[in-house]
Amino acid sequence: MSYEIRIDNFEGPLDLLLHLIRKNEMEISDIPMAEITSQYLAFLDAMQTLNLDVAGEFLLMAATLVHIKSRMLLPPDGVEEAEEEEADPRAELVRRLLEYQKYKEAGTALDSFPVLGREVFARRFPAPELEGADEGEFAAVGLFELVEALQKLLKGKPEASFHEVSVEQLSVTERINSILELLRGRESIAFDELFPSHPQRQELVVTFLAMLELVKLRMVRLMQNARFGVILLLPAVREEALEERLEIGDEVFGYG
Amino acid sequence: MDTAELKVVIEAMVFASETPLRPERVAEALEIDRSAAKAVLDDLVGEYQRLGRGFVLLEAAEGYQFRTRPEHGEWLRRVLRNRPFRFSRAALETLAIIAYRQPITRAEIEYLRGVDSGGVVKTLLEKHLVRILGKKDIPGRPMIYGTTREFLELFGLRDLRGLPTLKEFSELSLDSSPLEEEGVTESSAPSREELN
Repeated sequence: MSYEIRIDNFEGPLDLLLHLIRKNEMEISDIPMAEITSQYLAFLDAMQTLNLDVAGEFLLMAATLVHIKSRMLLPPDGVEEAEEEEADPRAELVRRLLEYQKYKEAGTALDSFPVLGREVFARRFPAPELEGADEGEFAAVGLFELVEALQKLLKGKPEASFHEVSVEQLSVTERINSILELLRGRESIAFDELFPSHPQRQELVVTFLAMLELVKLRMVRLMQNARFGVILLLPAVREEALEERLEIGDEVFGYG
Repeated sequence: MDTAELKVVIEAMVFASETPLRPERVAEALEIDRSAAKAVLDDLVGEYQRLGRGFVLLEAAEGYQFRTRPEHGEWLRRVLRNRPFRFSRAALETLAIIAYRQPITRAEIEYLRGVDSGGVVKTLLEKHLVRILGKKDIPGRPMIYGTTREFLELFGLRDLRGLPTLKEFSELSLDSSPLEEEGVTESSAPSREELN
C-alpha cells in the first residue's frame, strides 16, 4: 500500500484519523480497529522513514488505538461493564473525532467570512504613535529631554565662587523628602521650581538624583507639556503616601 | 436637532470613527436614547445597502463601521498593495474552539484538537484575537481564554451570537461533498450561503 505523505496537511492525530476513515469510507459508528490501527501505524512508519519528527501526540494516539484494539479482543468483562452505556471501547474515540470535526468545520466556516483587511476594508487612520499621547497635552519625558534639562541647569550655574566654603553634606533622602513636601497638596510642580536660583553644583546634582529616585520609586511621574516643553513632576501615588516621610538612609540608594 | 440633521451628524460620527462606533457612544455624545441612536444607525445601514455605493455600513463588534464590499477585495488589495493573508488551519481550528467554548483552558483546547496548542494560542494572543479572561478555580489555576473585540471586528461579527451555529455531526462528512448533504442533525444550522 502506498501513501501520499503530506505532513503539513495534518494538524494532528485526530485530523489524520479523520482522513484515514474518510479515505477508506469507514463507518464512524463501527470503526474497524485492526484496519485503522495498521494504517495509522504504517503512516507513522512512513513519516519516520522520511526522517520527519513524529510528534509525541501521534505516538500517544498510536498507543490509544492499540489499546482500544486489544480491549476489543477481550471478552466483555463482567456484568457491571456490560450495563454501562459506553461498553464499546471505541466510544470515547468516536466522540472525540466527531467533536474535533465540528470545530474543524467551524474554523473553515470562519475562514469563509469577509475578513477585514483581506476581503473587506475600512478607512485607515494614522497610527496611534503619530498622535499625541492620551494624557491630554502631556507626553512622558524621554531620557534625552532629561539630560538636556540637566545640562541646561549645569550651564546656568555660576562658574566659580571666589571664596571657599566648607563642604555641606547633602543627602538624597533629605532632598526626596523636601520634594515630597513641595508636592503635597499640589497637582504638579515645574522642574525648575526644584532648584534654587543659584544652586551649588553639588546641590543641583543631589536634587536631580532625588527626582530620579522618586520616579524609580514610582511616587512621581515626569510629564512634559507637548507644546511648551516644560517638564512637570506629578504625584503618581495617593495623597497619604506623599504625607509620609521616607525613613530610610542614603545607603539604600547607594549614595551613602 | 431635527431628524434629518440627526442622521447626518450620526453618519459623520461613524465616518470619523476609527473602530466600529457603538450606539451607546453616539447616544452619549448627542444626549439621546440609545434606542434612538440605534434606530438612526440601522436606518443608515439600509440606506447604504440600497444606494449600491462602493462601501456599506456594517455592524461589527457591537458597533457600526463603513466597509467596502467583499466582492471588491481583489481590486482593493491591488490598490493598497496588500497581500491576501491566510490563516493557518491550526489557527482557525483553535480560534473556532476558543470562540465557541470560551472561557476555555489550554488543556481543554489541546484535548479537543489532540495537539499541543501552546504556540498557536500564543500567536492568537499576540494578534489580539484572543485574550486571557482570568484563571480557572481548579487545581493549578490554569488560565482561561476568550476571544477579543478585535476578533469580532476582523471577522465582521456583530457579537458572539453572530457565530455560525455549530453543526452537530453524527457521522463524518466527506472531504469533497458540501456540508449540507451531511448528517446535520440541527435543522437550524445556517447554510454556507447565509454565512457569507
